[in-house]
Amino acid sequence: MTNPTVEVAAEASTSSVQELSASTFDATTARRQSVVIIRRFLRHRLAMISLFVFVALFLFAFIGGALWKYSYAFEDVSGGGRYLAPTADHPFGTDALAADSMAQVLRGTQFSLVIALVVASLSTSIGVVLGALAGFFRGWVDSLISRFIDLVLVIPAIVLVGVLSRNSFGSSATSGGGGNWYIIALFLGLTLWTSVARVIRGMTLSLREKEFVEAARALGGGVGRLVFRHILPNTLDVIIVNATIAVSQAVLAEAALSFIGLGVHPPNTSLGLLINQNQLEISLHPWLFWFPFVFIILISLTANFIGDGLRDAFDPRQKRVRA
Amino acid sequence: MTARHRSSNGDGAIDTLNPDELGSGAVGRGTSDDSELLVVDDLSVGFGTEDGTVHAVRNVSFTLGTRQVLGIVGESGSGKSVSSMAIMGLLPKTATVTGSIKFHGRELVGLPYGELRKLRGSGISMIFQDPMTSMNPVFTVGWQLSEAYRAHHNVSKRAAWAKSVEALEMVGIPQPDRRAAQYPHEFSGGMRQRAVIAMSIINDPELIIADEPTTALDVTVQAQILETLIRIKDETNAAVIMITHDLGVVAGMVDRVQVMYGGTVVESGVVEEVFAAPRMPYTIGLLGSIPNPAMVGKRLTPIKGAPPSLMNLPNGCPFTPRCPLAIDECRESEPALTETDRRDHRARCHRWSDLLTIESPQLLFDQQEIGMVENPAALTAADPDLPIMEDVISVEQRMAAAAEDREAEHNSSEETTS
Amino acid sequence: MLRYVIRRILISIPIVILATFLCFALVTAMGDPLGDWKTQRPRLPAAVAAEEAIVGYDQPFFTRYGHWAVNFVEGNWNRNVVPGDNNQPVKPQIISALGVTAKLVLFAELISIAIGMLTGVVSAVRQYSMFDYSITGIAFVLFSMPLFCIAIMLKSIAPPLNNWLQSIGFGRWITTAGPPTSGYTGGFWHVIYQFTGVYILPVICLFAISFALYSRFQRGSMLDVLNSDYVRTAQAKGLSQSRVIFRHAFRNALIPVVTVASLNIGAVFSGAIITERVFNWQGMGTLIVNAVQTVEPWMVLAWLVVTAVFIILFVLVSDILYAYLDPRIRLD
Repeated sequence: MTNPTVEVAAEASTSSVQELSASTFDATTARRQSVVIIRRFLRHRLAMISLFVFVALFLFAFIGGALWKYSYAFEDVSGGGRYLAPTADHPFGTDALAADSMAQVLRGTQFSLVIALVVASLSTSIGVVLGALAGFFRGWVDSLISRFIDLVLVIPAIVLVGVLSRNSFGSSATSGGGGNWYIIALFLGLTLWTSVARVIRGMTLSLREKEFVEAARALGGGVGRLVFRHILPNTLDVIIVNATIAVSQAVLAEAALSFIGLGVHPPNTSLGLLINQNQLEISLHPWLFWFPFVFIILISLTANFIGDGLRDAFDPRQKRVRA
Repeated sequence: MTARHRSSNGDGAIDTLNPDELGSGAVGRGTSDDSELLVVDDLSVGFGTEDGTVHAVRNVSFTLGTRQVLGIVGESGSGKSVSSMAIMGLLPKTATVTGSIKFHGRELVGLPYGELRKLRGSGISMIFQDPMTSMNPVFTVGWQLSEAYRAHHNVSKRAAWAKSVEALEMVGIPQPDRRAAQYPHEFSGGMRQRAVIAMSIINDPELIIADEPTTALDVTVQAQILETLIRIKDETNAAVIMITHDLGVVAGMVDRVQVMYGGTVVESGVVEEVFAAPRMPYTIGLLGSIPNPAMVGKRLTPIKGAPPSLMNLPNGCPFTPRCPLAIDECRESEPALTETDRRDHRARCHRWSDLLTIESPQLLFDQQEIGMVENPAALTAADPDLPIMEDVISVEQRMAAAAEDREAEHNSSEETTS
Repeated sequence: MLRYVIRRILISIPIVILATFLCFALVTAMGDPLGDWKTQRPRLPAAVAAEEAIVGYDQPFFTRYGHWAVNFVEGNWNRNVVPGDNNQPVKPQIISALGVTAKLVLFAELISIAIGMLTGVVSAVRQYSMFDYSITGIAFVLFSMPLFCIAIMLKSIAPPLNNWLQSIGFGRWITTAGPPTSGYTGGFWHVIYQFTGVYILPVICLFAISFALYSRFQRGSMLDVLNSDYVRTAQAKGLSQSRVIFRHAFRNALIPVVTVASLNIGAVFSGAIITERVFNWQGMGTLIVNAVQTVEPWMVLAWLVVTAVFIILFVLVSDILYAYLDPRIRLD
């Protein structure tokens, strides 16, 4: 790894997979490399700002939500505090029931964040395992998993999740039950793994032919060892980047699902549901629309930027190319 | 640092003319001397990266006459490919090129794309290393050849196609009319490289740059391709720059050779001279690290260490860390490319004169420690069978052997065509 | 090429069959269509049995599947069966809704592919230019935008926009209530006027989510190709810059984008559902949301199968296009 910069700049032909695998294989190089990657990430200004905003949002939603003086269920029985524009007392204003909008947005953000994190980790795990299996075993295992991916893709994801989780909505008579956010998160996770699986499958297909995997196999490494010690560590950069971006996709998917009425149901809530409930207020009481909207965008945008910063840190050569 | 080759130019005992003597207005074919098809003077190429500038090529100068064959030899990262890309103007925008490249007296550095375009393919053409990737997978071979021809000739598609078939036939592709209608993936590696060679000669260029044309091929195919190149060179009367790390390729084909290391030329001269009497330890090391017929049963002598990073070059000679002859002077200042005792043979080494007295240069790299050889003449062979340099490279012998190999190859293994 | 097409079509058939089975299983998993009805108030056992016979849930799973499959192929798609629902036949509802939605999806796809490819190519060729940075920035924001928010915002600007258009004598062009149920009226130009007024905002919505994807992907794919050996060969041949970019680079860079378009079609369909909800279109989106909420089994099933076939057909077409573009696939 000492001299390739010029060759890369001038000849730019070897794939990043190859280069990275060759280097991560050696433990000391890997350690040195991870320091370099972290340093590169820290230098990525937009990603650092995003990370800061994301963490701040998280703390604001959970700690701020717990400490905030108004309850999301607060109702002004006198009927006087309805549709108040944002003030110092109600920074995000109040809604039709005179409930404090900020308390509701904070609670919606809590749900959206938790669902997004659950979905991202679930879909990434499923995608990585199935993708690695398909790529490693090839043959009928690959055909089976690939056809399964094809099948999942023929039904629009939000409909698939909506249909699957229909049982959890509760009927008009039974609403007021325990809430269904975890069921929505579960089914979203079970649906959104296909893109990760395709990527990991492709990488595994090429990595399994590499010399260091052959060597490990020749030394008697079992399937588990080959896959988890030799192949997957070399896809770690892709996994991490994809997981970060999956957070952003999960927030948007959950919001869309809740928005059309097939997602989170009361007594749970989410930013998407809040917007659904307030979509007609955009002209008359715009704060009810704009605050949840800004929070969704912030979560999803910062997750995307963090993912992008990580990608650049892992593979800076994407920036150096022939014109 | 920049003055070194200029001073050597001034000595007059070389075949290259001083670039200043060229008429600056001389443009186009025929106006300048036959011995000066391509004049590269003080060429440097740097790549700006996030971590600093990579000095890929530093102060390279050479002259190539018509019909001459020049070999450029070096490890990967020595700057040999980058210099050829600089001649073609194919470097990325991140590259900064300084110095001068004159083709028929016409300056190529800084030439606008439109002007450079007219030269590419027709004046200077290029053969790339990997035939698997150097043809466009979505067009037929004949289409790609015709396109190259039509880029420089105003002819009908039909005429260009006929010309393509002719070119394919010239490089020894059987059934060229049928093969022209096929896609690159239907060709074997060797056939594809033949097609790339056909593309490079279709416009009858005066200079062909071959960038490691055989490296990506099977050994048996390598010999065939090399033979084709030599034949084509003779038939088209083109000058050739042969870039390679394979000294065997150079030995059988070129007139002059220049050895590159750390982005610059460290030794240059007529091929027989350089191989028989190297005046730079790196060249000696290169010669010692390849197998050859005279060394059957002997161990190869590798050069210890790795080539330098072009990002942080040492102050002195870039070969110092690996050089058995290195002294303090080598660490402090980079030597100039100076005349040696032989005619038209230059080397970039402070201690080249010490190599005159050396009995067996191979012994240099047999040492356990580097930089420890104070007096090379005192080295004696521990193994009396160890060949001295004259045995190692007998060019005639090697060429004869290579020709025999090719003959045998030709008779026994005609490449399969489909 | 013909052999490839035939083989590709044959491969699609088992996928369609598997997809129908999956859809059937999904609908069963959705729960009891009579759940709400039964819990509204106590029902007589006889009434429950009668309703169950209408719904058809009184038979075992595989019997029902076989029965349904035969009927479906014969064109009998059953009716709305939940008590209190309108008891309309499913097929005409689906056909009319698919007409609305398929048009929206295809228009939006074509426009976003065209503009996405164009901006992607320019971004790649002029890498790190102002244009490249702007497109990258826009793509990032669009990637992170919830589609329904874009739709709500666009819908909210329609009335002021119409007021302004009227003031300059262009009439109230933009319609946010979906295609006219009675069809378009007037001469050719008037139909175009109505049609574009109906489609412009929803198409912009769908364009917004797909454009970012295609643009970024085309840029990356184009950069890969521009760095490839064969583009360098093309330059070394002495071709003009535009020929290198369009004949050699663009032609190759198209190939992976075709795959992305086929993978993205499901997401566009999801987007269409959301967009229709916001704009109150009587399309596939409204149909499925209502059907899922009332647990209308035959409607959901027919919807899923029709959508799956639509998407499989789209993927089939893009696979054939892929083979057309890449001789390595075509001649294999």
